[in-house]
Order: sequence, then C-alpha cells, then structure tokens
Amino acid sequence: MQLDSKVPDGPLSEKWDQHLFDLKLINPANKRKFEIVVVGTGLAGGAASATLAELGYNVKTFCIQDSPRRAHSIAAQGGINAAKNYSNDGDSIRRLFYDTIKGGDYRAREANVYRLAQISNNIIDQCVAQGVPFAREYGGLLANRSFGGAQVSRTFYARGQTGQQLLLGAYSALSRQIAAGKVKMFTRRDMLDLIIVNGKARGIVTRNLVNGNIESHAADAVVLATGGYGNVFYLSTNAMASNVTAAYSAYRKGAAFANPCYTQIHPTCVPVHGTYQSKLTLMSESLRNDGRVWVPKDSGDKRPPGQIPESERDYYLENKYPSFGNLVPRDVASRNAKLQCDMGKGAGETGLAVYLDFEDAIKRDGRDVIAKKYGNLFQMYEKITADNPYEAPMMIYPAMHYAMGGLWVDYNLMSTIPGLFVLGEANFSDHGANRLGASALMQGLADGYFIIPYTIGGYLAGTELEKIDVDDSAFKETADTVRSQIKKMLSISGRRTVDDFHRELGKIMWEYCGMSRTDEGLAKAKDLIVELKGEFRENALVPGSGAEFNQNLEKAKRVADFIEFGELMIIDALARKESCGGHFNADYQTEENEARRDDENYSHVSAWEYAGEGKEPVFHKESLAFENVELTQRSYK
Amino acid sequence: MSESKDKKAINLTLKVWRQIGPDVKGSLETYHAGDISTDMSFLEMLDVVNEGLIIEGKEPIAFDHDCREGICGMCGAMVNGRAHGPEKGTTLCQLHMRHFSDNDTIVIEPWKSRAFKIIKDLAVDRSALDLIIQAGGYISANAGGAPDGNAIPFPQESAEKAMDAAACIGCGACVASCPNASAMLFVGAKVSHFALLPQGRPEAVKRVLAMVKKMDECGFGNCTNETECEAECPKEISITNIARLNREYLKAGFL
Repeated sequence: MQLDSKVPDGPLSEKWDQHLFDLKLINPANKRKFEIVVVGTGLAGGAASATLAELGYNVKTFCIQDSPRRAHSIAAQGGINAAKNYSNDGDSIRRLFYDTIKGGDYRAREANVYRLAQISNNIIDQCVAQGVPFAREYGGLLANRSFGGAQVSRTFYARGQTGQQLLLGAYSALSRQIAAGKVKMFTRRDMLDLIIVNGKARGIVTRNLVNGNIESHAADAVVLATGGYGNVFYLSTNAMASNVTAAYSAYRKGAAFANPCYTQIHPTCVPVHGTYQSKLTLMSESLRNDGRVWVPKDSGDKRPPGQIPESERDYYLENKYPSFGNLVPRDVASRNAKLQCDMGKGAGETGLAVYLDFEDAIKRDGRDVIAKKYGNLFQMYEKITADNPYEAPMMIYPAMHYAMGGLWVDYNLMSTIPGLFVLGEANFSDHGANRLGASALMQGLADGYFIIPYTIGGYLAGTELEKIDVDDSAFKETADTVRSQIKKMLSISGRRTVDDFHRELGKIMWEYCGMSRTDEGLAKAKDLIVELKGEFRENALVPGSGAEFNQNLEKAKRVADFIEFGELMIIDALARKESCGGHFNADYQTEENEARRDDENYSHVSAWEYAGEGKEPVFHKESLAFENVELTQRSYK
Repeated sequence: MSESKDKKAINLTLKVWRQIGPDVKGSLETYHAGDISTDMSFLEMLDVVNEGLIIEGKEPIAFDHDCREGICGMCGAMVNGRAHGPEKGTTLCQLHMRHFSDNDTIVIEPWKSRAFKIIKDLAVDRSALDLIIQAGGYISANAGGAPDGNAIPFPQESAEKAMDAAACIGCGACVASCPNASAMLFVGAKVSHFALLPQGRPEAVKRVLAMVKKMDECGFGNCTNETECEAECPKEISITNIARLNREYLKAGFL
C-alpha cells in the first residue's frame, strides 16, 4: 500500500486554485452517464448528493433513518466557523488555518486545512442563499460569536441549533434534486459491504431495514459520508444509530484507517446518572463564553454549591490558563475536569461532575440577556436533570463526542481504494489530533459542496471504468457473504443481549482508551477486547429473523464491528508513544500535566491496513511536513 | 401525572400497541415495567422493557429513535393519548420518568394517520412529509453562485421569526394529534420559514401552491383550527404559521 497524499506543489495559498485548474473536467452532457453512490445524508453526504446532482451526475443516496433530514449533523448546536472577518477583529484565512492546525496539535495536513479555511467563506454564502436563518444583528447583517478556544469572533450560528439549520439547508437542496429525478433516495438502509471490481470501488451492498432484503447497487464511484465512530464508547453524544460499520467494511476491503485513536471528549455534557442510560447529552460549549467552571477547593466537600463561599471555590481553568480561562480548547478542558474529579473534588452524587456557573453572568448582563443566548440550552438541561441553571450552577462532565480519526484520504478525498471517496467526520483529514469547536460543520459542508464535486470529476475523467452490472459475480459473492454473516449472527442464540455487550465494550474503552491513557492500560484493554469478541461470537442473543424489521439485528452487526474496531483504536493508541490533542497518554506528559508531543518521531499520520481476521493490521506512515507554521508546544496560559 | 422527583424508582403497567406489519391487525399488549428509575428517559424505560423481553425469548417492541436529545425528530408515540406524552414542548426521548407516578398505567400507541402507515409496532412511515418538502420546500440555489452572505441585509426580527418556523423537526406529532390528521402546521412552518426571508420570495408563489397540492395528494386532512398541533408540538411551533400559510396561499391564488 502506497500513501500518496497528492498534495499539489506551489505556495500554500495557491495549491487549491492550481489543483482546480489541473483537474480534468467532464463535459455536462457526459456527466449524466455516471452513477455515483453516496452513503449518508448528514452535512457532507447531503451536500455532496445535492451538488453532484446539480452538476448532472446520477446519484443514489442512502441513509439509515426514515428521512435524510435526521442524520446526526442535526444535533450540532454551537455554530460554524468562517474566515469572513465580519467582526473586524483581525481574522483571515491564514488565521483560521493557523488556529485549526495549532488546535489539532500539529497532526493535520497543512494543505487540506488551508483549503478548508479558504472554502469556509463560500459555505456561509451558500447557506444564506439556501435560506439558513443565521442569527443577525439589528442592522440586518450576520452576527458572529467567539467559540471554543478562538480569540476572534468567527462563528456563525442559528440559536443553539446551527447543525439542524445547516442540515435542513442541505436536505432541502437534496429534496429538490430528488424531485428532479437526479437523486434516487434510499431511506432505512444499512450499508453492510463495499464492492470492489478490478481494484476499484464499484458499488455497495445494503440491507433494507424494513423488510430485510439484501440489495446490491452498482456505481462508477462510491462516496462514504457515514460519520464518526464515537459509539464505540457506548455512551457518547452521538445518535443511537451512528456506527462504524460502513467505514469498517471499507477498511476490511483495503481502505486504510487513519489515526483511529484520535477521539474528542467534549467537556460540557450532562453527567452520567445510571446504568441504563443510553446516551449523553451535550451542552453547547458556547456556554463556556459566560459560564465559569469551578469545583470546591477541598476534596470531599459535599455541600450544595450555593453553600460553598467564593473563597472556597477553585475556578481551576481561570487560574491555570489566565489568557484563555474557561475558553481553553476541548481536550484541555476535558482533561482538567477529570483531573479535578480524580482528586476527589467532583460535584454531585457520583463525584463525576464539575460546576458551570452562570451566577456572575446573570448579575452582569441580566437574566434576559443570558436567556436569549442560552435559553434553549438551559431548558434542555432542566428537562434532563430537573435542576434550574438560572438558580443553581449546572453540573457537567466530559463525554465522547467526535472522531478526528477516520478513513485515510488524499487531497482529493479519495481513500486508498480507487473510486472510494470519504467525506466529513468519516475521513481523517482536517482536524489533526483535536478538533476546534464549530469546525465540524465547516468541514462537512466544505467536503460536500465545494471539494468532492470537483475532485470526483477528475477521477472519473481520468479512469478507465469497465461496464458492470449487479448480476456480476463480485456483487453476488459479496451479497452472499453478507447474508451468511447475518445468518450466523442470528444463530448464536446465546444468553447475553447485544446492548449488554455494547455497555461492556464502552466501559473498557472509556476506562483505558478514553481521556487519559497509559501503555499498561491499553495493553490490558486489548486483551479484554479480544475476550469480549470471543464471547460475543458464542453468547450474543439476537432475537427475530433477518427478513423483517429487526432493530436488534441492526444493532448486533454494529456492535460486532465496534468490538473489532475498538481493538484497532487500541493498537493505534499503543503505537503512538506521545501525547497529542485527544490522544493523551499519561506516560508522555510534561511536568504540568500537559500533553508532550514528540515531533521528531511522531509527526505523522498512522494509517492501518487490514491484514485479515485475527491478524495485526499493517502500519503505514504518512509523514507530515510543516512548511508554513512553526511547531510549538500548545499553550493556553 | 404528578411530579415525583423525590422518588427514585417506580413500577408501571404498560399497554403497548403491537402490530407486526402494515397490513396485519394490531392490538394492545400489557407489560410490566418494574423498578424504573425516575431519572430515566421514556425511551430508556422502553429499552429496559425490551432487554427483559429479549431475555425471555419474546419479541421486543419496535420503536423509532435516534439522537435522543430532541432534535432529529425520529422518535414519537402517543402516550396516554397525547403526542410525545404529557409534558409541553418535549419529544418522547426528552420525556423523563419523573413525570410519572408509582403504579401508573401508561398506554403507548403509534402515530395514527392515513398518511402514515405503520411499519411495525410504534414505528411508522412518515415519508409523506419528505414528499411535501420535495414538492417545493427549498430555495433553488445551486452551490457555487451565491453572493456574499451580507449582500442582502434584512431585519433581525424576520430572521428570528423565520428561525421560529424553521425549528420544526418533522416528527409528525402535529399530524398525529390533529383530529383531521392535517399537516398544516408542518407545511405552514416550512412555507413561513422561506416566506419570511428575502431569499425565499422569488419562488414563494410556486412553493406554496406545490406544497399544499402535495399535502392534499398525500391524504392529510385540512385545518379546522383545533389547535391541537400547536399544543403538542415538541418545538412549540405557533399556529401563526398556519395563518401565514393561508395568506401566502390566497395571495398566490390571485397572481
């Protein structure tokens, strides 16, 4: 396997323009001769489907949910970054690029990140044209706020529902193309395998979740926009159906998986309350703009927060990081919350929570101003916890949120399998080892609206694609394999539910491969996962049949893949003998408990190649060259 | 339905609509849900019941759900006759068991409407709502040609009103709670969202006519001002949007 990033030559700021000019074009009349499969209808997949169809390609689009409008991008709250400099506070494409590279702890590809910053401005324009109701100032111009560790106000938002509004924009564009007959929409479908013909991605196998039919779809290129793998932790802020199965099936078919150990633990989530909890709810980190994070100074202080006087509170982020304070990036905020709780200073019944306090903000700005900014979030918090954040501080704790790792892609967003493109959270490309707030929406839409429409044309124009049909043997064989896997899973007839396996997997991953890792813990976790994998194959209990609406069968396939994927994450984490961004290994830290990078030995992307069942994956390295930024120790003090 | 925040665990009797497919007769079946923590969400309570059923070798209850934070619009059921249950402005996934009391009986049924066919148990087919959007719930703006985002300033108030309407999650509670199974709140919200923005005006006439036509074709009923939709909408979308829909529709008819 050769990793060729295909980054164009030339100065950073001219690479994308030059590349656009160099890409081969397909004339409009010929575009309709190509079939493209897009899997996933979040920001990346929805935007890609709509835009490819607008250009004239025939698109087949697939989603798990009953409607493309429900993809998990919808849950993003805070906002979307762009380098518009509307706030006149010194922002620029170069600054957004620099912040993103630095925020990612210097583990992302410069050229990709620069392109992302360039495109960010087009995204805002496109969304406004589609009718996305961004927040506006009294004068009618777009409003901006500062968000998640940025020192400029570059975040555009639609109340606390920015992801929803951007997704509905992409969904409406997609709906228009469905009506025009350019996109054929397949809802309630799980992609279970990828079809390879003569070394190229040429289609997918899906399961119709309503009647259980196994279906094959041929294409000239396949686009995966299937999101992240956060649910490997069982409890995460991801939706229940979010899974790694589509990406993992591509990995099994030869697509390299890059940096799986880079996971983002979001600092502001509602804490865990019980065993049967099914998910963790994110409270937008915009709350950190006005909320102050604190714990009692003394460990074991169990008084209600109102009874703890000012002098006995430790505003640990403000004290430790005076220049960024409560706005330090997510990884730093999360790790410090864990540190405080590990010292016994945690709040609430479980001791696994810190306070996020709005008392001072309400005193300063008044309740109305705070309600206007965060009203819906406060309401959501009260619904879940029955506590009122206007009266008492919120309790928050970090939770798994976003996967920076993903399938390896080159500058064209193509994986190591020709014809297989990967967009959005499903790829690894832009966030390095840590993603900054309000950058996920930006990346998903950049990939979907403004990158894939061009780069896929370059591939199709320059590639010999033989005629194929779903009756060809490659399709039949893959579909048969999928059928037999399902049959096998249903025949285990064990005694333990799939959810129970998932919970155990989550515990192992959170304990040993979560916010703080060690070499010893990771090695232990690897053994535990292998054991769990064995038990799943003998003791899983999957009710019902394959030929019906069977939600437990869907789950079983996803959990089986998560278990295998968990092992890959651990292997990757073990191989990276440094700390960077979301990958914090306590064996590699500075005296002040900050991540200690090892740029000499680990300034690279780790890409893993599947080597077969039960075999260690093969390691490949893409070295990262930094020609435009100077590598520094990230400091937010 | 009283608050029982002080109570930590409750026992419930569930009467759940079971139906194995769209064309098969369904019925209410009774289940016991014991030792339910009041901190659980309604769907977590169903998860617990389902795990018990699976272990007993019985068929678990099928229900749609995804984000579990009240924004994707995937979940929904009639709980004691009310869409998404008794709490105002709440989706089923955000309804917590602390709003129920020990020994309550809870009746759980799917959305019922001619336009929403039952797939299985509580899961229904809401694709008719997608068809309405496909008929005209968009602004025709291909990627690539957009002017600067600040090129057309417009009043904050319009943007806020548009956002109020755009907050619809497409769950179908409005249809399920309406005696006429009308989708007017859903359509009104989308028509309003675009009608209130300058970018939406060029296609306003075509949009409202096409969406209303499709709504009728899909078998949704008409609005007779029952206002049940507004009362049950988990996003508290106002029926002002239906009035705006009617105005836009009338205006379009005169053009």
